[in-house]
Amino acid sequence: MENMCKEDLMNLIQSTNFTVIELGLYLDTHPECPCGLAAYEDYSELLKKAVKIYERKYEPLSIYGVENDGSWDWVQSPWPWQKGCDC
Amino acid sequence: MWTYIKMLEFPVNIKTTNATLATAIVSQLGGPDGEKGASMRYLSQRYAMPDKRVAGVLTDIGTEELGHEEMVATIITQLTKNLTMDEIEKSGFYQYYVDHTTGVYPVSAAGVPFSAATIQSTGDPIADLHEDLAAEQKARLTYDNILRMCKDEPDVYEAIKFLRAREMVHYQRFGESLRMIQDNLDSKNFYAFNPSFDKGATCL
Repeated sequence: MENMCKEDLMNLIQSTNFTVIELGLYLDTHPECPCGLAAYEDYSELLKKAVKIYERKYEPLSIYGVENDGSWDWVQSPWPWQKGCDC
Repeated sequence: MWTYIKMLEFPVNIKTTNATLATAIVSQLGGPDGEKGASMRYLSQRYAMPDKRVAGVLTDIGTEELGHEEMVATIITQLTKNLTMDEIEKSGFYQYYVDHTTGVYPVSAAGVPFSAATIQSTGDPIADLHEDLAAEQKARLTYDNILRMCKDEPDVYEAIKFLRAREMVHYQRFGESLRMIQDNLDSKNFYAFNPSFDKGATCL
């Protein structure tokens, strides 16, 4: 993870974040499921690590992960809708 | 409370503009079975849910729907980026354009603004969960209709396909939620009283 480029790391974060959301919903209605609980442990741990590296190396993903260097970094990177269609 | 995460739930990177498609897809933002209605419905209903697990389902799905709203709004933004006046006039988009330019406004494909009249919060868990099951199916079929329109637009197709799949999962979770509520009622009196209101309710 430490050596991943920005795009690959974001892909990993997005897919892991989705897995955690999906496991969370499943666990809401299956709160005792040992397989669900174990998977949640693994993926939420992976997500935490990946987000930490991304925010240190690239840009903040939430208002709690802003590492400033003289100016407010939260508003420096593009917003999620400001990608795509360059035409 | 909520915290914003500066990324989409699923990537949206649309390389070709298509104003006609935007006119249709905006219905999943502000239409009768759109994402704004979905999030408002679940986040309103949760306060009357007696079961902590079911309140969790409504909170988490309601939150995810806010993320879907952002995905649909992103699709609209990217589909209408740098449109020429010629493209606007030739597509059905001009009726939206005259009031909103290329801004994002919650409206149905037919131009009806978003209304809370499209959702319910009855204070009755059984009635609300039945509405939620129907809502997921209605959103699913709207995505089916949209998918038929964007077969030649792979960037749009993938994102819509993801959103459609989520409706199916939410439907499943709401079905389990309904069963949990019913399992805690007197089986002879499923519909005899509102478990969140009437004193005679045997659940909880």
